[in-house]
Amino acid sequence: MEQPQLKAQIMDGQAMARALTRVAHEIIERNEGADGIALVGIVRRGAALAPLLADEIAKIEGKRPPVGSLDVSFYRDDVRRKIAPVEFGTDIPFDVDGRDIILVDDVLYTGRTIRAALDALIDLGRPSTVQLAVMVDRGHRELPIRADYVGKNVPSSHEEDVRVTIAPYDETNAVEIWTKPTE
Amino acid sequence: MAYLLKGAHVVDPQVGLDDVRDVLIDGDKIAAVGESLDAPEGAEVIDATGKYLVPGLVDMHVHFRDPGFEYKETIETGARAATHGGFTDVATMPNTDPVTDNGAEVRYQIDRSRHAGLCHIRPIGALTVGEKGQTLAEIGDMVMEGAVAFSDDGHGVQSAGMMRTCMEYVSQFGKVVSAHCEVESLTTHGVINEGRASTRLGMFGWPALGEELEIYRDIELCRMTGCALHIAHISTEKGLELVRAAKAEGLPVTCEVTPHHLFLCEDDITDAYDTNLKMNPPLRTAADAAALREGILDGSIDCIVTDHAPHAPHEKDCEWEIAFFGIVGLETSLPLMLTNLVLPGTMSWSRLVEVMAVNPRRCLRLPEIRVEAGSTADLTLIDPAAEVTVTEDWLQSRSKNSAWLGATLKGAASDVFVAGRHTLTGGEVTPVKRVLR
Amino acid sequence: MLSVKHLIDTTSLTADDITQILDTARSFSEVNKRAIKKVPALRGRTIVNLFLEPSTRTKSSFELAEKRLSADSLSMGGATSSVVKGESLADTIETIDAMNVDMFICRAKLAGTPQKITEHTDAIVINAGDGKHQHPTQAMLDLYTIRENFGHLDGLKVAIVGDLSHSRVCGSLVPALKTMGADVTLVGPPTFQVDDPDYYGVPQTADLDAVIPEMDVVYMLRVQLERMEGAAIPSRREYNRLWGLDMGRVNRMKPEAIICHPGPMNRGMEINADVADCARSRILDQVNAGVLTRMAEMYLLLGGENNGVSA
Repeated sequence: MEQPQLKAQIMDGQAMARALTRVAHEIIERNEGADGIALVGIVRRGAALAPLLADEIAKIEGKRPPVGSLDVSFYRDDVRRKIAPVEFGTDIPFDVDGRDIILVDDVLYTGRTIRAALDALIDLGRPSTVQLAVMVDRGHRELPIRADYVGKNVPSSHEEDVRVTIAPYDETNAVEIWTKPTE
Repeated sequence: MAYLLKGAHVVDPQVGLDDVRDVLIDGDKIAAVGESLDAPEGAEVIDATGKYLVPGLVDMHVHFRDPGFEYKETIETGARAATHGGFTDVATMPNTDPVTDNGAEVRYQIDRSRHAGLCHIRPIGALTVGEKGQTLAEIGDMVMEGAVAFSDDGHGVQSAGMMRTCMEYVSQFGKVVSAHCEVESLTTHGVINEGRASTRLGMFGWPALGEELEIYRDIELCRMTGCALHIAHISTEKGLELVRAAKAEGLPVTCEVTPHHLFLCEDDITDAYDTNLKMNPPLRTAADAAALREGILDGSIDCIVTDHAPHAPHEKDCEWEIAFFGIVGLETSLPLMLTNLVLPGTMSWSRLVEVMAVNPRRCLRLPEIRVEAGSTADLTLIDPAAEVTVTEDWLQSRSKNSAWLGATLKGAASDVFVAGRHTLTGGEVTPVKRVLR
Repeated sequence: MLSVKHLIDTTSLTADDITQILDTARSFSEVNKRAIKKVPALRGRTIVNLFLEPSTRTKSSFELAEKRLSADSLSMGGATSSVVKGESLADTIETIDAMNVDMFICRAKLAGTPQKITEHTDAIVINAGDGKHQHPTQAMLDLYTIRENFGHLDGLKVAIVGDLSHSRVCGSLVPALKTMGADVTLVGPPTFQVDDPDYYGVPQTADLDAVIPEMDVVYMLRVQLERMEGAAIPSRREYNRLWGLDMGRVNRMKPEAIICHPGPMNRGMEINADVADCARSRILDQVNAGVLTRMAEMYLLLGGENNGVSA
């Protein structure tokens, strides 16, 4: 088996921070303020991005929207080796009914994770709207799903892996393209 | 019909023979034993070079299920299995349906076996009516019809008083009582050896003491009544020590062991719950099996028997606790002894002949068979180089419940002569010419 | 994914397997607190609950777990089972298997039945208790309950008290606790002790009072009145006096020690009513843990395209 190799860094920490600021502005603009919105990050790296996005919104609006996290493992059509530990699992400390929910994820690819997240979210209540914010859209959708807010569009091939690294899971914040491991 | 067996290694401790000889069979008798015999006109010459010729093997503990459970085995299919395994004589236990507890049932078996035309069937009669342990069976009637021994095998006679009566009564006929030793109040629901195996697999245990206590009782009853006692399918070290002590005192006590108690133990029962390892008495500890192997070598154990217990697939392909006890054994007994003890050099050929031919005949009070001129030609020719793989097709028994399915064993009978008739030819059971009864 | 295809006994589970089951169960605890207590993880999967021996708790716990995972399930057994009409196990399983089911949950009176079922089907089998042998899903819920209470399992001192020799709960709990590093002591009347405690490698004693002050967990077994052949104890009263958990004994437990019982309880026999309801009792936590851990076991063995067998 060949180990994956780093091909290129697409964004560094500063670029990611700028993208988050821009997305925060877009969210506020689209929703005419931050009242009634709540951010729900998809475990694991979406849940790490959501608080950062909430901080950006707070800087602009002076008020931080509530933030939750959503574990979609049980809504996926495959079983993963590791279930997220419960401290990084679903934790939504607010009522989703009637809210404008911004789902936050790191990479939008086939759309299957978002499909699972929509199912999971709807089992929790009835949001007024659900919008999607992602750091990277790498294309190759397999379902009719699109992002409302995109940090960066990164055209990629199936033979590549697009990774968003972020604290607390990684040492630095970045977006990178890697080769896939070959068998 | 005459046969000349050329160049066989003849082993018969009764005549002190352990050397290469030619043996001439004429009619139902051995006509001559010598070096470089010439074949008389019309005699079939069989090249027995490299093979061992011994007095016909005897299994004094089998279940042929006939009458009553013919779907498991009949006297005919059982006789085929016995012949395939190298035996000239088998003693059938009486737990048929109806129970073999009167002269007519004994006669039935002997007649059927003559019809089958393969080996000698030596019926063992029940001690008590219906093997219920309550009323003395017509033992004298059965003796007169040809029963060779008496047993309630399948059960111990629970009442010591009843067992005393049985042994006192049998003693007048000079026959042996074969005792299945099991104190049922200690073995209630027991399906596996009590201890490691019962704990590991979560089932009621069948403790060693359940067997040993009754061995002790029956040895004392032997002392009291003078009736010859044969302990059936001994399975524990302690039980064997009791027999050893009784023999040392000069009591008329003998005993037998099965290949499965010699070569398997409770550790072989895995969580697959293979019901072909469910026996009565159960497979004991590895230490017990080692002690039994020692006992068969040092003379404490007299006979190898199989406790051949055929069962239909649906009686074994089920949960352990409701599966029937026992396995078929006639066809694997000799190969197992050869593979595990004789061919590796642990046991001598003459000791093998003692435990599989000479001693069982003596226990059953059958006429001696010797490899010498004038003796009845009941003979087994063994090919130590034969390799047999135990498969359902290979087994001639109607039932296939062997613990050794899939195993390849070294050494097997190639030819058997029963009163001069060639019943096993080159490892194949000779087709029987039907005669009108 | 677990290292086993079926859940037949705890003896074959590794510490990693057990940890995965407990961690996954913990994730399901969030689902069970929602208004909609259901996830689609096993949508379209068919599970047969084959209960060849009467059971109310275990069966309802499995049925609830199946519903919360969105599986389709069918319960058979007792009076509706052809097994009681004399059909063999093999025929029963092959008949059900012909209808393309994905999983069997099996409760049986006879030891080894779940293992036998695996020989007649490609479906996954979970042992829901077989005779006196094992009850692995009970062991997992017990471990979950104990771990939630102490935060860990290793080093805990656990006494399992009562009818040891008739107990499948004991048969699976002891190996599971040992795998996770707990110290186990077996306590019961000599007539109820296991045939060979050395198999488990644990001490066995008749003296409950001697061990009570040392223990972190006192696990009272149900006296299996239905599996008692011949009287091995003289009376309920004497049993309660010598081996029953009463307040006198509870007061001599360590301050943080807890009490478990697999249920159903014989109140006044192995456990007194006030003890069952006291603050140390984790008996209702065990019931809740039963649904969570069974969800976890079914999810890990049957979820997704991969049915749980690691390559």
